[in-house]
Amino acid sequence: MRFRYLIDRTSKVVVLVFALLALVILAAIAAYNLKAALPAFRQAGVLHMLFGTEWSLTNKEFGLLPMILGSLMVTAGALIFAVPLGVACAILLAEVAPTRVRQFLRPAVDLLAGIPSVVFGLVGLVIIVPFIRDFGGPGYSLAAGIIVLTVMILPTIVSISEDSIRAVPKSYREGALALGATQWQTIWRVLLPSARSGIMASVVLGMGRAIGEAMAMIMVLGNSPVIPKSLLSPASTMAGTIAADAPEASGVQRSALFAISVVLFLLIIIINGIALVILRRGSRAQNVC
Amino acid sequence: MPRMSAKSTQKLAMAGIWGAGAIAVLFLLLIIGYVLVRGLSHISWSFLTTAPSGGLAGGGGISTVIVTTFYLVGFAMVILVPLGVGAAIYLAEYAPDNRLTRLIRFGTEVLAGVPSIVFGIFGFALFVIALNFRFSILAGALTLVCLLLPILIRTSEEALRAVPRAHREAALALGATKWQTIWRVTLPAAIPGIATGVILCIGRAVGETASLYVTMGGSPAMPTSLFSGGRTLSLHLFYLATVTNNISGAFATGVILIMVIVGTNAITNWLSQRFRARMMVGA
Repeated sequence: MRFRYLIDRTSKVVVLVFALLALVILAAIAAYNLKAALPAFRQAGVLHMLFGTEWSLTNKEFGLLPMILGSLMVTAGALIFAVPLGVACAILLAEVAPTRVRQFLRPAVDLLAGIPSVVFGLVGLVIIVPFIRDFGGPGYSLAAGIIVLTVMILPTIVSISEDSIRAVPKSYREGALALGATQWQTIWRVLLPSARSGIMASVVLGMGRAIGEAMAMIMVLGNSPVIPKSLLSPASTMAGTIAADAPEASGVQRSALFAISVVLFLLIIIINGIALVILRRGSRAQNVC
Repeated sequence: MPRMSAKSTQKLAMAGIWGAGAIAVLFLLLIIGYVLVRGLSHISWSFLTTAPSGGLAGGGGISTVIVTTFYLVGFAMVILVPLGVGAAIYLAEYAPDNRLTRLIRFGTEVLAGVPSIVFGIFGFALFVIALNFRFSILAGALTLVCLLLPILIRTSEEALRAVPRAHREAALALGATKWQTIWRVTLPAAIPGIATGVILCIGRAVGETASLYVTMGGSPAMPTSLFSGGRTLSLHLFYLATVTNNISGAFATGVILIMVIVGTNAITNWLSQRFRARMMVGA
């Protein structure tokens, strides 16, 4: 039976090729993006693009600063609300809630994670935009984007933080409680510091999701490429601009969209790299204990 | 200000923690409740079975949209599943601990974090323009495959790793080759876990918008082949809400989307619980 050894050897090669595919796709995305972005970078100059404040496809002005700032502002704003809320929910799920509450809360968080971004965008468009309009401005605003993103990244922060709080060895809790600490003192002084790396990773991953979100941001930000002056003024993000302009752009305009994509891609690689390093260091620290 | 006693801090903190949980649940109920209230009344048999009228009014139903969604997701899964499971088999069963394996793992993890619009514009450049597939279901499906590959690899690898070692050792001891062991023993045992990953991917695919917006074109017509353009449920919702301003149609589409997501989540939970129970018994 030579045949089965032949199959054995061929299959090993085939699955190796499949495993390499992810690497190939990553390399292809990076290479394609860079190549397609070159004409725009060459025409406008890298620095001029990164720090230019004017974006207009028709006038071939490719300043990316408004949308870079827009992305960073909505992301930072969403993190300010989502991190305390998400970590508190994670503590509730991991430490405080009785099983019955947990059995209801955990699927709720999972469901929130699964709701498509356009549904968030739609609810934001119909409820939050008119609500913000009452405070002045067009309603399509930085504030609306921040509120929508807060809800969208909440599940990411909750589920990863919960896992990391759960992973803290039981003896830590028992030690603190035996010393007479209250439950909150145990959580605040012992559990959260021990779970720090996982919680930080959850924040960084939430940040990645926020920066990459396109459709919901198109729907509530107003997609205007100006640097927002206040929470009530419209804005745009990098991801949103790529999506909104891609179907119509051609030539050097299309190249400018690839340039945004390159900036976004680099930013995400840096952010995820940080998350990976934090997580890896965390798991090493816990193995020592 | 006097320092608070440990007891009152404890009470305050617990109130805050329960409050945060309540807010999260409130968000969920608010979103789902609002979509249901605004959308349910608009759903009828004729809404599900007539084609969208297109044009600026954005009226009509969602029949072609449902067909396109099935077509796209089905085709994407046909390509994705062998690739993803194959890669997972390599990583779980063969991969030696060397530099190449670490590189593959790193690449997969990075790919999982890339925003969908970056996949989208890549698919647009490669499939729509360079390979001349035009705005089509084919271009959308291939883009989806790139987007979902890291997710399926990760979940399938976990499922394969959960199969107890004794299964493999028994098969090898009976004289099976490594591949026979994988194909006849490990893989069948891991099927429920892999199915969980596939359903997770289906959920993601149905909810995906950004990358499909730039690769599928958004025609409301019934697709006739893989080269037809089209719109999925999520895309249809986006067009109704932003381009044609048919908000009640958008909410009705949202109801269908949420039902799909609730369904896939329920199946995933059920499968993964069964899988975990079975692996515990086997160990």
